[in-house]
Amino acid sequence: MKQFLTFVRKEFYHVFRDSKTMLMLFGLPIAQITLFGFALTNEIKDSKIVICDYAKDEASQQITYKLAASNNFSIEESLLSHQQIEEAFKAGKIKLAVVFPVNFTYDLLHLNTAQVQLIADAADPNTGSTLTTYATSIIRDYQQDVLQSKSLPLSITTEIRMLYNPELKGVTNFVPGVMALVLMLVCVLMTSVSIVKEKEMGTMEVLLVSPFNPFLVILSKAVPYFALSLINLSVILLLSVFLLDMPINGSVVLLFAESSLLIVTSLALGLLISNSTASQQTAMLLSLMGLLVPTMLFTGFMFPLENMPMPLQVIANLVPAKWYYIIVKSIMIKGLGFSSIWKETLILVGMTTFLLVVSFKKFKIRLG
Amino acid sequence: MRTLKFLLRKEFRQIFRNKSLLPVIFVMPIIQLLIMPLAADYEVKNINISIVDHDHSPYSQKLISKIIASGYFRLSDYSNSFNQAFEQIEKDNSDLVLEIPKDFERNLIRENTQQLYIAVNAINGTKANLGGAYLNRLIQDYNADIRTEWIQPQRYNASPTIQIASSNWFNTYLNYSFFMVPGILAFLVTMVGAYMCSLNIVKEKEVGTIEQINVTPIKKHHFILGKLIPFWVIGMFVFSVGLFGVGRLVYGIVPIGSMGSLYAFLSLYLIALLGLGLLISTYSDTQQQAMSIAFFFMMIFLLMSGLFTSIDSMPEWAKVIAQLNPVTYFIEVMRMVVLKGSGFSDIKYHFLIICGFAIFFNGWAILNYKKTS
Repeated sequence: MKQFLTFVRKEFYHVFRDSKTMLMLFGLPIAQITLFGFALTNEIKDSKIVICDYAKDEASQQITYKLAASNNFSIEESLLSHQQIEEAFKAGKIKLAVVFPVNFTYDLLHLNTAQVQLIADAADPNTGSTLTTYATSIIRDYQQDVLQSKSLPLSITTEIRMLYNPELKGVTNFVPGVMALVLMLVCVLMTSVSIVKEKEMGTMEVLLVSPFNPFLVILSKAVPYFALSLINLSVILLLSVFLLDMPINGSVVLLFAESSLLIVTSLALGLLISNSTASQQTAMLLSLMGLLVPTMLFTGFMFPLENMPMPLQVIANLVPAKWYYIIVKSIMIKGLGFSSIWKETLILVGMTTFLLVVSFKKFKIRLG
Repeated sequence: MRTLKFLLRKEFRQIFRNKSLLPVIFVMPIIQLLIMPLAADYEVKNINISIVDHDHSPYSQKLISKIIASGYFRLSDYSNSFNQAFEQIEKDNSDLVLEIPKDFERNLIRENTQQLYIAVNAINGTKANLGGAYLNRLIQDYNADIRTEWIQPQRYNASPTIQIASSNWFNTYLNYSFFMVPGILAFLVTMVGAYMCSLNIVKEKEVGTIEQINVTPIKKHHFILGKLIPFWVIGMFVFSVGLFGVGRLVYGIVPIGSMGSLYAFLSLYLIALLGLGLLISTYSDTQQQAMSIAFFFMMIFLLMSGLFTSIDSMPEWAKVIAQLNPVTYFIEVMRMVVLKGSGFSDIKYHFLIICGFAIFFNGWAILNYKKTS
């Protein structure tokens, strides 16, 4: 036991001595939470639009004011002719052009019908169609004003309730994803690299010929990263509660227990990678390209899983972070208890056992 | 010149000899370019809906079939009560609940107005917002159908209506992969370039072979050029394969802008990027450190580049970070030239800025690189 503690202490020294690695261990979670919390949003705000107003009359002016007042749009300039629209799009910044034909108000009031043209820069299809929808609803509002809200017969009204996240904040979706990402990153990447490093440097040989049990050597490598991950997790949770105003609706103990489970899964994965590779570069690239990118893609926090083609959805089931993400969302946001996440937990436990068995089978106490 | 030739030969040999690294440089980016655009699809479709129909009338049936037939929604279940439907939301089986109250049909016709209740799982705010809006639009359409059933249409428009004609330029069919593929390709080239370059030099440090080079009469600039040129060539190669191989053949993206200005920009960008890799390598002693620093910056570059989320929607301070990010400019140029056919005059500021980055990173790295410790 004393020997084991000495080894754990050695590993801690290795970690804390290297300030540049610490930047990644602790800087990255903080940077990610801040960026995801404040900078990144799928909402569309302040999109630059241009107005091409051939009419310059009352109705076109009023619609322009209404568009300007909405915080989805910021009116960049008024153009004089159609030709300028294409130039404005090509120069980059403009996302939508609104064109009013001549005699707009006159047609609207006397012929009872008038046309507006919306031209979207659909190079980004989502922004394009969302902006078209927003502008359409603003123009419809104006039309309602003109009608002076004559009440129509047989009307169905709707009442929409937004569950869990009434302000429609982006963070609610991102924070559980960042937690999964950071835990995977720290555990898989760091463990695998630190074990392979000893192999590459030749110090592994020294450890293996010592009277110390080789399995405990590996275990002592995992302990510091387990501890660091728990610290990281607490930092993320504190930041999201106090900085981003995200409540933890469920039980904190359960959240930590489930997180520890994912940490063990990731450590087992890191172990497996380190047992199958010989150089740091390969271990790194395997963890980075083979694990982090799938984790980002297939947890479902950046891109909706249900939109993916079937084969990718099947692959996504193999990514541990996907299940963890579901668990965290259920506990943190929906406030559910263990009874509703036992299936996901069971899957994670199964994966962990499998990974541990395989990596211990592959672990050789003799080199070469 | 002769020295440089020998150095280049050494570097290329070392790269092509490493059998575990080669697939990472050449195959990984291509596979990712094939998979990522399929996965990175923000389009909101397949919204699962639970319906609680207390009315069971012909009208409620008609409404339900209209919603299902629209293609946006997938019926997950009919529930008997709101609580039962809510459980489906808790289990993530459905995203949205539509509750049709009792006597929906009767109230609508007798009292001329009736309310429907919608509850949306808003954990993913964007999806919730759009899902709610789609459903609302369908209900309004349905409402208009009912009105025409009951009310004689008038001969001419009685009330002023504004007709809105909308058109989508540059990507008429709203194909999301057209937007993502150029951006993802730009990022993959960045990853390969920055990682490979920084790891390569640090490896020489860690293994100790850099000492051997330092004691030879090889000049500082020869050594640096010898390291940069191979990765510059690899970057160009990966980019071309991605653009013409994957982009053109798999996704059918035909760049409509000038290839000349795109490649001119790429070559400048790669110089800036490799300068960054060089800079990282001068600050680290082990591969683990280099990887940590490179990963830290790459992560921030990726998130702040406007690849996944729009820069316009960011707060002011974040826009400043995005403008200090070289990847932002490359992704912008890619999208402008490939999709919109922007010409050199449209991207001349991008050229100037990336020139600045190239001089800054390389200058700093060269100043910081010392032959003797």
